Amino acid sequence: MNQSARFLRENIEMVLTIVIIGGAIAFMLSQGVRFTIVTGTIIGIYAILGIGLNLVIGYTGLLSVAHIGFFGIGAYTVAVLTTDPNIEPPKSIDVIPAIGMPWFAALPIAIVLTGIVALLAGFVFNRFRDDVFALTTFGFALIALGVFRNWLPVTRGPFGIREIAKPSIGIWDFNEPWEYLVIVMFFLVVVLIICWLIVHSSFGRVLTAIREDEQAIEVFGYKATYYKLVGWVISAMIAALAGALMAGLIEFIEPTSYVPLESILIVSIVIIGGLASLWGSVLGATVFVLLEEGMRFVPGLPVGIEGQARWAILGLLLIVLMLFRPQGLVGRYKL
Amino acid sequence: MITSEATTPPALETDSISKHFGAVRAVDELSIAIPSTGMTSIVGPNGSGKSTLVNLLSGTLPLDGGMVIIDGNGLRVVKAFETPDHGLTRTFQEVRLFDQITVWDNIMVVLTSRPWLPALFERAKPDYKKKAQEILEKVGMWEKRGALAQNLSYGQRKLLEIGRAMAMEVKVYLFDEPFAGLFPQMLERVKDLMKEMRDQGHTIVFIEHNMDIVRELSDHIFVLDSGALLAEGEVEDVLNRPEVIEAYLGD
Repeated sequence: MNQSARFLRENIEMVLTIVIIGGAIAFMLSQGVRFTIVTGTIIGIYAILGIGLNLVIGYTGLLSVAHIGFFGIGAYTVAVLTTDPNIEPPKSIDVIPAIGMPWFAALPIAIVLTGIVALLAGFVFNRFRDDVFALTTFGFALIALGVFRNWLPVTRGPFGIREIAKPSIGIWDFNEPWEYLVIVMFFLVVVLIICWLIVHSSFGRVLTAIREDEQAIEVFGYKATYYKLVGWVISAMIAALAGALMAGLIEFIEPTSYVPLESILIVSIVIIGGLASLWGSVLGATVFVLLEEGMRFVPGLPVGIEGQARWAILGLLLIVLMLFRPQGLVGRYKL
Repeated sequence: MITSEATTPPALETDSISKHFGAVRAVDELSIAIPSTGMTSIVGPNGSGKSTLVNLLSGTLPLDGGMVIIDGNGLRVVKAFETPDHGLTRTFQEVRLFDQITVWDNIMVVLTSRPWLPALFERAKPDYKKKAQEILEKVGMWEKRGALAQNLSYGQRKLLEIGRAMAMEVKVYLFDEPFAGLFPQMLERVKDLMKEMRDQGHTIVFIEHNMDIVRELSDHIFVLDSGALLAEGEVEDVLNRPEVIEAYLGD
């Protein structure tokens, strides 16, 4: 008994990983293959978002709630550029503009555009640290939401855009849910590899030193401003990729998906999973998505309050984690 | 050409530098020239401006006035990230390590490429690893390389910080109270490291309160009081001057 308790303590991360991933797969499969595919796709998208955000929060130590904005810019750019007026039957009242670009052509534009916005915002945000930084990023999220809501000629504001193209390459049009899962998993692996290379490079090591003591690392010849800015822009571009994938998945976009509260929820993906752990963000996304989906199956829960129940449970989970595992499930760093 | 102390240009000079915190003149129009060879100590009562001086020289605090002359450059603005290019590094009074990364990474992080773009594509090179191992063995921390810096003892933290500065391989080292709070054994170790660096031709500047250590190690001494220079010169001579004794013992 004593021995197994020690084994548990020493291998707690491995045990947590196996329990969560195993539990998630078992639960999803129990709901059927189609549920597994769709939920897996959503988990993949949030995992991409979480991994990118972890570069900023976990590795550089900057608490950003701006990323819902970057997620939204990515999604809206793809939505606007791919809008196809010939989709039958017509879903929106009017379709302006109707550019009809393929998803794969709109994707790099969305990523680059978000990168430029992040760069411009980053020049300003770079002056701040800690709580002031968090507040300015919150301001950014509010501004982004304001633009999504009110720039009617482009975003159609509260009406949203309903004619978003799905990714397609040649004759393969990714219309089947499993095909979309493949595409999301492909991008998830690419993002994992890129971020793994970044955090294991000399650049990544300097990011962690900036997190620990920005003034001290400057004394050793590093211009922390540039490092922070580059990490920030890469992170925002990854959020844009996640946004583009989300737009292609649900084929509908409207501003309420990009309210600042969502930003705090995606920050919780990073914190629950583990700060400065890429794999942790995958775990965090799994917990995050399944909490919502899982709520529907809790017996006795009145219909329609799953959303609020998820927030309550997520909040409780965050409090419990901060009490007992402040580094998150498999994290490497405590806030 | 025969070089002697008189003809060797100073390693570091200040030209009437100032730093004010509100009404407090922490450093007040201070002009000093730190010799290029040997060890120089900076002493003075608490609040006399010793740490502020080191912070100004290393760009950790911005100058309110005056100029720092280093490596032939007169600088009215000292940028911290440029000080290694001028051949200078420092340690901090309140040991500032990168706490939540390993001992190994604390050394590695000062060895790698400075510009962000090459750093992004750079992995731990063999010569970085060799250098990091050399430094960690020298300061006796090789066995601890996998530990997080925050889990070290106070003495080990001091040693690691000195090792991190040594890894920079610059000309001028500013040590802010390197001996404070060390047990005798650790203290000897730090002394030996500093002597070794001096013998290799580095300029060593250190702040210290213990007069026995100051007498033992320094070749040159600056005494500060209220942000101004009270005395400077050869150690025994300076420490016996009445104004110095008064600054320390008088009220």
